[in-house]
Amino acid sequence: MTGIRLTVNGREVVEYVEPRLLLTDFLRHRLGLTGTHVGCEHGVCGACTVRLDGVSVRACCVLAVQADGSVVETVESLAGAEGLSPLQDAFKRHHALQCGFCTPGILMAADDLLSRGDPSRDEIVDMLSGHLCRCTGYAPIVAAIEDARDRKEGP
Amino acid sequence: MKPVAFEYVAARSVEEALAALARDEDAKPIAGGQSLVPALNMRLVRPTLLVDLNRAGLDAVEVNAVVRVGAAVRQAALERDPRCHPLLREALPHVGHFVTRNRGTVGGSVAHADGSAEIPLCLATLAGTVVAEGPAGRREIAPGDFFVTHYLTTLAPGELVVATTWPEPGVGEGTAFEELALRAGDYALAMVAVKLRRSDGAAHDVRVFAGAVTDRPTALWDAAVSLEGAPVTPAAAREAGALAAAAVDPAGTIHASAVYLRHLTGTLVERAVLRAWERSE
Repeated sequence: MTGIRLTVNGREVVEYVEPRLLLTDFLRHRLGLTGTHVGCEHGVCGACTVRLDGVSVRACCVLAVQADGSVVETVESLAGAEGLSPLQDAFKRHHALQCGFCTPGILMAADDLLSRGDPSRDEIVDMLSGHLCRCTGYAPIVAAIEDARDRKEGP
Repeated sequence: MKPVAFEYVAARSVEEALAALARDEDAKPIAGGQSLVPALNMRLVRPTLLVDLNRAGLDAVEVNAVVRVGAAVRQAALERDPRCHPLLREALPHVGHFVTRNRGTVGGSVAHADGSAEIPLCLATLAGTVVAEGPAGRREIAPGDFFVTHYLTTLAPGELVVATTWPEPGVGEGTAFEELALRAGDYALAMVAVKLRRSDGAAHDVRVFAGAVTDRPTALWDAAVSLEGAPVTPAAAREAGALAAAAVDPAGTIHASAVYLRHLTGTLVERAVLRAWERSE
């Protein structure tokens, strides 16, 4: 067992983990953060995407021990006291989810993409190529992310 | 799908990493882990020790005649770096996805040596080098002496890729990358990279390489030589494409027959040599 200390959604966490424990299972089973979904467990579906030190990564392709000393943000970090984040609100208005399985991963990747600037429609579509959604056909997801981009305050 | 149990060392330097690797013959280095962790999850690989290179000081990009890219530089970071060679910058968006490039590394892709990986193809086309460090010291390896076949390189046991070096674009240089995959981010069906130099209205030092239809980055010399010393016209490009198609012998898959893949290689070469020529102006 290896001791790790990290910040998850603003909270400091100290835990002992086996090196083989995936970040997905650490978040879900140790911390109860079940918003991070587990789909394929080999980096294809995108459902487990979280932010690690600000950058979106596949939590199924990162070991919990590798997150030692890092800042992790999951989908649970998006909504504040006032309710849904502007991106989440755009997803709701555009019906950008149906079953919702892929949504946490897409939200976290889109949040990363939007934090880097104003992505073009092509850049949004390219980002979404790494996320499998079998309900929506993607069009409402693209529309929601474009909407959130256009409503962003400032650059 | 969960990995088998293993020990873990987060190396703080290359020396520490090499010492840890020397301790255990079934040890494996891990950098971005975008190929290794899926393989661990599926238990296709069962190392007894993982040596993490993410904090081993391998994440610098330096320019000193050539561009030296530390092995643990993220693919996404290089994509945004102005020092990244234009050919590699054109190819990097084809590597995995937005999210996997955030974590995947340049050196990891080279060491993994997947026959359909874009970074090794660019390294071979540009005649860069692989810098390795191991128990026997440091050496610099030409791509032709490094990539053997799918997932196999000439790295010795206990030896690590610590960097790759990339030449800077030369005067009159034009490069182009072409790839076809079934879906964005999927493994390529075929990919091609071209480099040439325009001088006195003619193409010189032409390099045409293919990947995915071969088991490693492979030079298509017949196609390259056919373009040497003359302007690249559409007819010359078509001829180079035909020579390229004749030079590869891909295995068909359920998605694409061998005949189709050979034809595709020719088409990609034709497009790439024309674009490289246009860009060399």
